[in-house]
Amino acid sequence: MSDPTGARNRAGLTRADYDGAKTTLCPGCGHNAITGGIIQAAFEAGLEPSKVAKLSGIGCSSKTPAYFLGRSHGFNAVHGRMPSIATGVSVANRELLLIGVSGDGDTASIGLGQFCHLVRRNVPVVYIVENNGVYGLTKGQFSATADVGSTQKSGRVNELMPVDLCAIAIELGCGFVARSFSGDQKQLRPLLKAAFAHRGTAVLDVISPCVTFADHEGSTRSYAAVKEHDAPLHEIDFVPYFEDTSVDYEPGTTREVEMPDGSSIYLKKLAADYDPTSREHALRAIHEARAERKLITGLLYVEPDLPPFEQELNLVETPLAHLTLEQVRPPRRVLEEIMEELRTGRAPGGVS
Amino acid sequence: MGPVINDFSIQVATVNGSGSQTANGILLRAIFQMGIPVSGKNLFPSNIAGLPTWFTIRVSRHGYLARRSASEILVVMNPETAAEDVAAIGPGGVIVVNDQIRTPPIPGDRFVYHVPMAKLLEPITTDVRLRKLVINMIYVGVLAELLGIAEDEVERALDAQLAKKPIALALNHRAVRAGWEWAKSNLEKRDPFRLERMDATARSILIEGNTAAALGAMFGGVTVVTWYPITPSSSLIESLGGFLEQHRRDPRTGEASYAMIQAEDEISGIGMVLGAGWAGARAMTSTSGPGISLMAEFAGYGYFAEIPAVIWDVQRIGPSTGLPTRTSQGDLAFVHGLSHGDTKHPVLLPASVADCYAFAMKAFDLAERLQTPVFVLSDLDLGMNVWMSEPFAYPEEPWDRGKVLGEEELAKLRKFERYRDVDGDGIPYRTLPGTKDAKGVYFTRGSGHDEAARYTERPADYVATMDRLARKLETARTLVPPPAIEQDESAEVGLIAFGSTRWAMIEARDQLRAAGIPTGYLLLKALPFTAHLAAFVGRHRRVYVVEQNRDGQMADLVRRELPGEAAKIRSITHYTGLPVDARSVTDAVLAMEGAPAQPPLAQGAAR
Repeated sequence: MSDPTGARNRAGLTRADYDGAKTTLCPGCGHNAITGGIIQAAFEAGLEPSKVAKLSGIGCSSKTPAYFLGRSHGFNAVHGRMPSIATGVSVANRELLLIGVSGDGDTASIGLGQFCHLVRRNVPVVYIVENNGVYGLTKGQFSATADVGSTQKSGRVNELMPVDLCAIAIELGCGFVARSFSGDQKQLRPLLKAAFAHRGTAVLDVISPCVTFADHEGSTRSYAAVKEHDAPLHEIDFVPYFEDTSVDYEPGTTREVEMPDGSSIYLKKLAADYDPTSREHALRAIHEARAERKLITGLLYVEPDLPPFEQELNLVETPLAHLTLEQVRPPRRVLEEIMEELRTGRAPGGVS
Repeated sequence: MGPVINDFSIQVATVNGSGSQTANGILLRAIFQMGIPVSGKNLFPSNIAGLPTWFTIRVSRHGYLARRSASEILVVMNPETAAEDVAAIGPGGVIVVNDQIRTPPIPGDRFVYHVPMAKLLEPITTDVRLRKLVINMIYVGVLAELLGIAEDEVERALDAQLAKKPIALALNHRAVRAGWEWAKSNLEKRDPFRLERMDATARSILIEGNTAAALGAMFGGVTVVTWYPITPSSSLIESLGGFLEQHRRDPRTGEASYAMIQAEDEISGIGMVLGAGWAGARAMTSTSGPGISLMAEFAGYGYFAEIPAVIWDVQRIGPSTGLPTRTSQGDLAFVHGLSHGDTKHPVLLPASVADCYAFAMKAFDLAERLQTPVFVLSDLDLGMNVWMSEPFAYPEEPWDRGKVLGEEELAKLRKFERYRDVDGDGIPYRTLPGTKDAKGVYFTRGSGHDEAARYTERPADYVATMDRLARKLETARTLVPPPAIEQDESAEVGLIAFGSTRWAMIEARDQLRAAGIPTGYLLLKALPFTAHLAAFVGRHRRVYVVEQNRDGQMADLVRRELPGEAAKIRSITHYTGLPVDARSVTDAVLAMEGAPAQPPLAQGAAR
């Protein structure tokens, strides 16, 4: 995956410096395309690999952090529990950029609770769901995101309502919610870069066809079906704060979303105008699209200024992991005072 | 019958949510301030208001703090349980009754005092809600007069407890006084029970084990705390939250040097701790049995991926609504091997509030030194009851962060392999995310990894990992707190106990000695066992392992550790949900040693 030009980014690194180990997924798997997108986006964003931690749960998707950013620490957790690991890592070291990769089984079934609470807390993590509607590693069972009427290879039909992770994230107050398609790198890459710049939970639900268990006729997540129903909301361009690019758009054609770090997201109107800053609008668009059997993709909802979890906790600037003993062990006087309170019966400094 | 001085138990039978806890706390503290060794046991239901609750205060001039199975003095405040409560008081006992409560006929050899509590309250407050709360202070006043609790000590205890609520303080003062004066002019003291000042508590503190653990965690430098509410663990976290709020925030900016997170469940609680531990923070969580069950998968992950974590288990009886407010030592075996696969965790076994404090710090050092989850097994009795203790000492040692390679150390290395046993102690070196030197980077996953943290399913790699982890547990034996041993050269019988069972053991050993059976004693403080165990067992003809669970879990572990000595090991178990009492232990040993059982020291039926 190396870049033949050998160009260096602002971190002084080449694209190859963001590669990971060789993928072990099936050839043609949508997840590999997402891995490529992450590598390219990380390179273009000039991420410092040592400042990144990669996290995942269990499943095909959750294997992928081994395949990108080989110079970053990685944590392949247990099934459905990446959000709690991410929360712990984030509060321990607020300087890290967390990239979490999960799947539809990992997030929408076993991990749905943790996903919801991660979003509620607004833990800063780029949360990528590689969504194919099936369990791949266990050979093709439906996941909770499978559409009503979608079939398994055996012909079995799913009749249960799908879990829409984007709608849930928006409902729970997530400040960055996007849906994309592994086959649309032009859209995925700027979305990833914008997510890297977002301080808070950024959810990217990326439809990623499973070539082995869900690429047949009858599956609503086959390449053919996704291409047919994909309805991008806008063309997306991301301009990071460190790039001195002036962007000219015809007035009335483009929306600009400014990120707190000075970067900008440009959303160029396609068929209809789409306002990604309205929660109601976004939820309505998701519901209408489902009724019309359309797969809307793009930046569904954005609210860049929500306070991230570390701000909610009012954490010190220094990562908790780096605090010295002197900073975390109160002085002798404090213990002596508490002992005196416990001796005399005055309520201790804690809860009375 | 001569006077009985400073050696009896008082049981207050009341209803939870009625404010009796304040009254009982004041009684306890006033007696403590008289210099008399005292302990309190709160037997409460899992309920907010309206169900029976008992509070037992034991005074012991000998310094025994364990629960006794019977009380000599009863205060009847709950009509629902009055019959049962009264029946539990034996001949010669004292019964103080709120005169509005009907009791069955009481035999004439009990001393009964009927107190017109409602009438005494009339001039104090007309507020019905307040009367309900303040009525408890009437029995405080009556008992004070009856038993001879020094007036100034009651006043002091009251002042200390309610200093921040002047209106409540004044009201409570008046109620205590009303009970007192009524007793002075209306009660004819006929019973033999009296309190007299001693000098046995002057320097001591009164504290609950959970508060002690919270203090230890703060002085141990905890930075990430997660939890999910559960009795009897919640008060550990809540008092820790109070301490941290007060002592670990910048007074100027309000910025916190800690994160405290109420998780959505215990799975998430331990996940956050593992994430934080992996990233280099000192992280802990606290729970009880049901939460431990949920943590099983992550506990194994922490073991195989070798991530420090501290998990407190304040044991109760579960699952479900179980007996969530009753004590137990039933989680021992489960916690020690928690998770699927070949897992074994170090487990610390605090036996006192002082241990709770010290082990809260020690657990972090061990977890980071050994790079593994370390469990601390407390219980409801230790955690939620008030205990007398020597004051805690300020930690003189720095913390031990274990084998973490910083940038400078990494720079000197030719290569770094996350899971290589460089030092031969089974403990590898680790780096933290954020490390700049790319050779320090590694990928963390479960059990399928080689020395360099690469994915592998090769049999030889897995065996090597498992054998190294076993070596690491051998190293743990040399690092965990050693047992406390009391030798008796003449003893053929050895006793082994752990945790809160300790308090009954102190007393049981005295009883056994009086019955002609001197004993050696080993109080275990941790798993894995240290070398002291084999030496102790080897020294005795017979060894009794005393514990508060049905199946003798510790006895099993001891037998497995010392198969050659297994025939010597006998198990004594106590699993009523109430803290074990000394007599139960003594009688069990006497029965098995073939000695005639002694007549019970205390009279009355056991509750």
